[in-house]
Amino acid sequence: MDWNLLITQLMNGLQLGLLLFLLASGLTLIFGIMDFINLSHGSFYMVGAYFCGTIVAKTGSFVLGILFGLVGVFIVGALVEWFIARKLYRSDHLDHVLVTFGLILIFDTLVHMIWGASGMAIPLPDVLNGQVSIGTLVLPTYRLLIIAAGLGVAAFLYVLVTRTRLGMLIRAGASNRTMVEALGVNINRLFLIVFAIGASMAGLAGMLIAPITEASIGMGNDIIIIAFVVVIVGGIGSVKGAFYAGLIIGLIDTLSRSYLDDVLALSIPIEYAETAAPAISAMMVYILMAVVLAFRPQGLFPPAGAR
Amino acid sequence: MQLLSTRRGLFYTALLVFLAIAPWVFQWIDQPFYLDLLSRALILGIAAVSLNLILGYGGMVSLGHAAYIGIGAYCVGIPAYYDFYSGWLHIGLALSVSAVFALITGAICLRTKGVYFIMITMAFSQMVYYTFLSLEEYGADDGLVIYLRSEFPTWLSMDGAFSLYYWILGVLLLSLYFVHRLIHARFGRVIVGAKFNELRLQSLGVNTYRYRLTCYVISAMICSLAGVLLGNFTSFISPEMMGWTRSGELIFMVIMGGVSTVLGPLLGTISFVLLEEWLAAITVYWHLIFGVLLVVLVLYGKGGLDGLLGLMDRGKKSS
Amino acid sequence: MSDAILDIEGLHKNFGGVVATENVNLSVERGEIHAIIGPNGAGKTTLIAQLSGQLRPNSGSIRFEGRDITTLSMASRARAGLARSFQITSVILPMTLLENVMLAVQGTSGHSFGFWSPVREDGKMTDAAMESLTRVGLDNRADQLAGSVSHGEQRQLEVAITLAMNPRLLLLDEPMAGMGKEETGHMVEILKALKGDKSILLVEHDMDAVFNMADRLSVLVNGHIIATDTVENIRNNAEVQRAYLGDEHA
Ligand SMILES: Nc1ncnc2c1ncn2[C@@H]1O[C@H](COP(=O)(O)OP(=O)(O)OP(=O)(O)O)[C@@H](O)[C@H]1O
Ligand SMILES: [Mg+2]
Repeated sequence: MDWNLLITQLMNGLQLGLLLFLLASGLTLIFGIMDFINLSHGSFYMVGAYFCGTIVAKTGSFVLGILFGLVGVFIVGALVEWFIARKLYRSDHLDHVLVTFGLILIFDTLVHMIWGASGMAIPLPDVLNGQVSIGTLVLPTYRLLIIAAGLGVAAFLYVLVTRTRLGMLIRAGASNRTMVEALGVNINRLFLIVFAIGASMAGLAGMLIAPITEASIGMGNDIIIIAFVVVIVGGIGSVKGAFYAGLIIGLIDTLSRSYLDDVLALSIPIEYAETAAPAISAMMVYILMAVVLAFRPQGLFPPAGAR
Repeated sequence: MQLLSTRRGLFYTALLVFLAIAPWVFQWIDQPFYLDLLSRALILGIAAVSLNLILGYGGMVSLGHAAYIGIGAYCVGIPAYYDFYSGWLHIGLALSVSAVFALITGAICLRTKGVYFIMITMAFSQMVYYTFLSLEEYGADDGLVIYLRSEFPTWLSMDGAFSLYYWILGVLLLSLYFVHRLIHARFGRVIVGAKFNELRLQSLGVNTYRYRLTCYVISAMICSLAGVLLGNFTSFISPEMMGWTRSGELIFMVIMGGVSTVLGPLLGTISFVLLEEWLAAITVYWHLIFGVLLVVLVLYGKGGLDGLLGLMDRGKKSS
Repeated sequence: MSDAILDIEGLHKNFGGVVATENVNLSVERGEIHAIIGPNGAGKTTLIAQLSGQLRPNSGSIRFEGRDITTLSMASRARAGLARSFQITSVILPMTLLENVMLAVQGTSGHSFGFWSPVREDGKMTDAAMESLTRVGLDNRADQLAGSVSHGEQRQLEVAITLAMNPRLLLLDEPMAGMGKEETGHMVEILKALKGDKSILLVEHDMDAVFNMADRLSVLVNGHIIATDTVENIRNNAEVQRAYLGDEHA
């Protein structure tokens, strides 16, 4: 067995898992607290990448790109909440689906109008572009940075959710909305903040991935589905669930793509294994979701006291 | 429906008459392209009718219906790849594969409600999408070319644009009529009742889960027929036709036409395809207009186009 | 107690820390109207919900006609002959009264895998539904939407729906809630007419109505049954006076 390859794959899985967590943490809170299904959450991921890319192109500073990107996406998220989402919390889920699907079309086209149809590459500063070698193992610095950033945000969210008053309200809101209302909290402002923070998290994920894949139109529309799966598996409304489920799914997806053919080849002829493996690994995440739903419909880590 | 006594009835009668003679009209004005457009609209119409059954009548918001179009299309494409062209085989395969897939995934989805249901239907359709995307043998993302249309006895042949069009129209009308019967029969009453108040239905002795699952399977089977026809129509199929945004568009069409009315979804698809064609000719940014339209439609325009026709009738009565 | 149609033993239900039903023992005799009274929040609706299968008790058993139904689903209980009305009107508003009642007939008569023949043309079902509507005096409203009739009429519809299920035991949760005097009187007549033919477990706040028609009474306070007796005896029961009637009649 090639240990270096395994470690690289583990790192890739971890990276995917953390990106998924960034996307899913906002989603799960928005579902849990507002009971609002936001298909266009992936648009924040895309918009974040474009904002960041633009600033980097102007200033040459990746750090500034991230900072302004975060603020930009926060504002976009707040605007969406203020002008659109807010009007829909009381209507049925079908309306959420339609409007946020419309928002995807709007965001995708606006990006097309502003930045053009071709993607936008984001150059990395030299320090991040290198590699770190530990023994025979060579790892790209930037991937380590993504992992560190993901863990950092997770820690930040953890403190925010468990140690602050805002976090207390968020937790209470995810399991019992009426209770928060009864506390006399300005529920509109709470929703606005949660929505905008969620959007920024998604935007951050987009900014982090863009230097590797480049920013492109519709880049959020595929990954958002896996983020949904993360939310379901983790338990709606649970940031902790989103974290663990994100990691589990990131690792399963990455590892099954690289190792499933070898595993299958243990029991069936190699040529069948090589045909079947890609298909099965494509299904892996969804099979996991189905299994979790069958045995724990409320997800792995439902928020305490959830209905 | 009183076909001739209201404006809405009159409109739909005129529409159906037009659909019946459309190929000849288009031939007469020498615009074969219009027939293509209409064929595509009617295929999507079949899918929309099937989606309307669960979404409009049953209140089950599935965001994964395009998967069944894909399944239907690949049930033509894959046998054709191995030189099996029998149309009955294609149809039988499409119906049974979609039924089995809908039964398994529906059994899981329907245990859940609300946002869960929406996301899970979406996730399962995405699973189908990625599965076909990973199947190198069948072209992966390059898709498959279908060289010959499904074979039927001569009098039922699909060859030629006219015959295929009438096939499509036939399947569409049959589905419409079937859904219409279904909705007013015992089964449909239970489905509609459960949409409004599932607990009440259960308290009346109805095992709503069982009926909803059946409804979900029926809808998937009808939708797979749209896939079979689409495969034959485009003679090229790829996973792209079942991406989740396709499912989103399908919902859009149903809503635009007016949910839980029999002919609304058909109206929705025809308008959608025409609008798409027209806007795309004007600007590359036509998606923006669609997006804005969707947002406005939901925030301000309940009832869809069919509702608009109904409004015209009410206006007439009150004046 | 050999002729009990419903037998409840040691029923217990709590929501987290809130105990809503505690060691409830109760039986309903065949053909009687058995009323349950108790202050707001006593657990009456929760008890009905457990009997109808909407909620699962934490422990205890429910026997209906000698058969243990504690774990049966709501739908199976309905088909077994146990019909429930809701305290909060729960009719299907966008359907007509007739359609609402026909669903009740349909739910308890065979399966619903009929894909072809329109229900409207099924004479037997329409007749059965009309009969229930007539019984509560709503026959002239049959084709109006449930959402368009008055609150009192919706309450009557609620009862018509339970009747249309042709049950042997009715669980009625405050059928007169929010009704005017005249409507209440009408409802009392309807229920009295059923006496002997159907067994009824009736939750009701209107004391006059209860004393007028019930055979026996149980008093539920804080999830406990503190007394079960004939109407006469309950009226004179000091404990009940204190716990419940006292507040209301003071
Ligand atoms: N789903 C639930 N979750 C938590 N607590 C509940 C729930 N349903 C009822 N309760 C609590 O159980 C207790 C009994 O409620 P229930 O509705 O059965 O009372 P009731 O006797 O029907 O009152 P009313 O006369 O107002 O109808 C109350 O304290 C109520 O707050
Ligand atoms: Mg009550």
